Amino acid sequence: MTAMPDAAAPLMIVDALSKSFVRRGSFVDRIKQGGSKTVRALHDVSLVVRRGETLGIVGESGCGKSTLARCLVRLHRPDGGRIVYAGQDVLALAGAERRTYNRRVQMVFQDPYGSLNPRMSVRQMLAEAILFHRLRKGAAVNQRIAELLELVRLPTDAADRYPHEFSGGQRQRIGIARALAVEPECLIADELVSSLDVSVQAQIINLLLELQERLHLTVLFIAHDLRLVRHISHRVAVMYLGSIVELAETERLFTKPAHPYTAALLKAAPELDPARRSVVEAVRGELPSPLDVPPGCPFHPRCPKVFDRCRVELPLLRERAAGHVAACHL
Amino acid sequence: MAAEPLLSVRGLRVEFGSHRGLLTAVDGIDFDVREGEVLGLAGESGSGKSMTLRSLLRLVKAPGQVSGQALWRGRDLLALPEAEMRRVRGREIAMIFQEPMTALNPVLTVGTQIRENLKEHTELDAAARKARAIELLDHVGIPSAKSRVEDYPHQFSGGMRQRAMIAIALAAKPRLLLADEPTTALDVTIQDQILKLLLRLRSELRMSVILVTHDLGVIAQSCDRLVVMYAGQVVETGPVAALFAQPRHAYTLGLLNSVPRAGAVRQPLASIPGQPPSLLELPKGCAFAPRCRFAIAACGGNRPPLVEVGPEHFSSCLRHRDVANR
Repeated sequence: MTAMPDAAAPLMIVDALSKSFVRRGSFVDRIKQGGSKTVRALHDVSLVVRRGETLGIVGESGCGKSTLARCLVRLHRPDGGRIVYAGQDVLALAGAERRTYNRRVQMVFQDPYGSLNPRMSVRQMLAEAILFHRLRKGAAVNQRIAELLELVRLPTDAADRYPHEFSGGQRQRIGIARALAVEPECLIADELVSSLDVSVQAQIINLLLELQERLHLTVLFIAHDLRLVRHISHRVAVMYLGSIVELAETERLFTKPAHPYTAALLKAAPELDPARRSVVEAVRGELPSPLDVPPGCPFHPRCPKVFDRCRVELPLLRERAAGHVAACHL
Repeated sequence: MAAEPLLSVRGLRVEFGSHRGLLTAVDGIDFDVREGEVLGLAGESGSGKSMTLRSLLRLVKAPGQVSGQALWRGRDLLALPEAEMRRVRGREIAMIFQEPMTALNPVLTVGTQIRENLKEHTELDAAARKARAIELLDHVGIPSAKSRVEDYPHQFSGGMRQRAMIAIALAAKPRLLLADEPTTALDVTIQDQILKLLLRLRSELRMSVILVTHDLGVIAQSCDRLVVMYAGQVVETGPVAALFAQPRHAYTLGLLNSVPRAGAVRQPLASIPGQPPSLLELPKGCAFAPRCRFAIAACGGNRPPLVEVGPEHFSSCLRHRDVANR
């Protein structure tokens, strides 16, 4: 496989995925309002992940990017829609097929402190994953563990140490090794480096780029840091309050954003060049609560280009150029 | 520009005695803050930037030991009697924090917390304090301030809480605002709003700001001068424009190169190998030398002092010329 993904080979198709969470109010709330509130985390999300690509997903808190990741690895069950992976309907899988899917699509979590079991050594963690999926037997297990540590550039003696003995960057390497232990095809990285210092971030990003080439991985890179997403993604999807508002090839999205929210997000990200400063806010207003999504276009209360239609009618994703879609009435 | 600095820090040192030995969080640093400027304090976790800020208001608790000098308009903050320090804290120098939810009192309304500060530090009577609290909230950009002033912090969003904290800090019209990662917990569009707000208030109130952050983009967009810290030491300081255009310390260069830029898509980033040293056993000489690709034998000798490498631009890098010409 080449570095550039093949446009004609979808690995995963997400079709009209929706997910809501019901927040039960306090006793007082229930008397006063007579019910519980619904958080709309994902609303009609559709996208195609191509084999071998890195698809970046960006957005601010509450935009649903983590819920999407969790639905894709089946940590949440969506309320509606479909996920098709290599031709199989993921939500209908059961038993051995379901376990196979779980092996093929692996997630690496944001918090390397919270996502590793503090009472298990690195060897135990990796062995557990390998043995559960019956990928190796006997002495081959330890050999595979040594291979994995080499792959993520940890010293061989790391195997018999515990998570607390490692720094944040090293723990993130352990998290990656654990995901790779089961030989996945697709890696879902949810804020993989956001808890790390910038110099260590760069190390982990380099590792991810190298592993992707070596192991022909498909990567879903979910992050709020636009610079990072631009650096490693082939294509980028922008989410706002549970919906995808724009999706395009990376350079196209960053140079010719079609959605005012994307444009605002790009403008708000602080540039590294002190000579290029602005005194005007990129966008006014607060992020609305996902408990109370505005009618029409969810971005309309903050949008500088808002007009009447935006307040009543939800814009659908419309093609702007080949491979470039945006959900805006303009 | 060359006027007397507002704050002059000399030989500031913060140490913690632990059962594993003496931990040096801030290792004898010098810097100045000028009238009306935004000074950035940048560095990675453990570089001592937050500890520096806290020590200025004497918020470092035992077993922390602070020594050195912090001359504030002729007086040494570190030697002031506690009663006098209380008049400086909040009135002349105010502070805002990264996490407004933990810095604000959850059982008092935002208005009460502003009025508390006004009562302590101004001569206003109750009615005037009430009006002033609303004015302040309005000034920091809280919509319909009048109806929100009696809300509790939990009724505010993250960005609004940060605005409320700024309103409390500004109540007594401080000359210097210490801002400890004020936008780190915020979303990027909200971070942008808060930074612009701080810059606007800085010019309106003619106060100085020390902005502690790990985000170089935030520095580039909001600071006049920058102090780069590594392992408790100042390694480089200078005007932001000069420092970004031509970093003169290998660590600053490494940091700037670690940030992805447009145009080098999917190319390996120039990361800094390894990780910062343990503050319990700092290397002799330059603390960055073990990770530095420019390091030579002399870097492991005595600790290199800051030397002037350009107008108001100082670096402690022995190889600052090679770093500049890389």
